[in-house]
Amino acid sequence: MQITLNGQIQNIENSQTVAELLEELQVAHKKTVVERNGIIVMEELHKEEGLKDGDRIEIIHFVGGG
Amino acid sequence: MNTEERFSRQRLFHGIGRSGQKKLEESHVIVIGAGALGSLTAESLVRAGIGRLTLIDRDYVEVSNLQRQQLYTEADAAAYTPKAEAAKRRLLDIRSNAVIDIIVGEADPAVLENCLPADLIIDGLDNMETRLMINDTALKHRIPWIYGACVGAYGLSYTVTPEEGPCLRCLMKGIPMEGETCDTMGIIAPAVQFVSATQVTEAMKLLTHSFKQLRGTLWSFDVWSNESSSIRVDSLQDVHCPSCGESPTYPALAWSGRSKAETLCGRDAVQVKPLPDMQVSLERTADAHKKHLSKANQHLLVLNIENKRLVLFKDGRAIIHGVSGEVEARSLYQRYIGG
Ligand SMILES: [Zn+2]
Repeated sequence: MQITLNGQIQNIENSQTVAELLEELQVAHKKTVVERNGIIVMEELHKEEGLKDGDRIEIIHFVGGG
Repeated sequence: MNTEERFSRQRLFHGIGRSGQKKLEESHVIVIGAGALGSLTAESLVRAGIGRLTLIDRDYVEVSNLQRQQLYTEADAAAYTPKAEAAKRRLLDIRSNAVIDIIVGEADPAVLENCLPADLIIDGLDNMETRLMINDTALKHRIPWIYGACVGAYGLSYTVTPEEGPCLRCLMKGIPMEGETCDTMGIIAPAVQFVSATQVTEAMKLLTHSFKQLRGTLWSFDVWSNESSSIRVDSLQDVHCPSCGESPTYPALAWSGRSKAETLCGRDAVQVKPLPDMQVSLERTADAHKKHLSKANQHLLVLNIENKRLVLFKDGRAIIHGVSGEVEARSLYQRYIGG
């Protein structure tokens, strides 16, 4: 499936949900803010929120460095 | 120095103008952390004509800092100069009439409250625990603050204002940061510059009261993969948030939970703090451990013990390199310093 992730078109092979996408992107262990098609997906819904071809996904993860 | 000429280009800029420049020159900004982010931000603010800068940092300059921490030199690294002091010296070279207060030490709630009043706090920190403390201090005193952080080629920033929008704790959903691990992916200078540039721009908008121009989003980018993102986070505001909600308790101001030994991310070192009632004297420690003493200046001394390096500060903190973890650091501290 093809999605637009943080402004870049990407092919996602192994993820059907937001939670799986975060795993695939290796940010599942971090604090994240996720938006799907303009609407924030609350953390407790990451496992249920399915992905569809053409989705616009924004993911921002927090880091501590500076 | 002709200030009319000095700031002429900034004054010509439509968003600032004569009145904006005057506001900048009357403002007091606290920058916490004088590492890569904080030192860059401090430089930009001083060059922009900020009225007063307070810079707080607990660390000293090392050779590995020089690749991105643009205020510092090889001489600072050789002399173990505390970053806040090295920064102040360089900033006064850049603008000799700048007003700069420095604190060589930990930013704890009491230290921070002592620096108030201020118009703005800017984050140049390396850990989330202290950021949540800044979040609470800023909200309690109704001061805006600007979060910024970076690793690798990635960075992000968010502006917290007391008037509206969620705070950092709302965005992080109050999850404790105990599980925070150090990133080991290194960092490139442009990522730092990007974050600092957005923080300084937001600072200019806040200080010149250009509130409509504030970005209003959580923002991130990766300068290597060319990804960027900007998310409106209003829906994450929690009315029960203990920092910005209806009846705030400011949990991060109860600093007692703060760890006594702490791994410093990106430093390959552990910081150990003295027990509350412990008196540490650099002179006495230097006398007692003459054969280990390798360096001393007015802020700190350096002991080389076996293959480990212990840097003891006047306030009793030690940054210890070459230890396997916090337990070994703590025991080395107890053996050589006390407690
Ligand atoms: Zn909040």
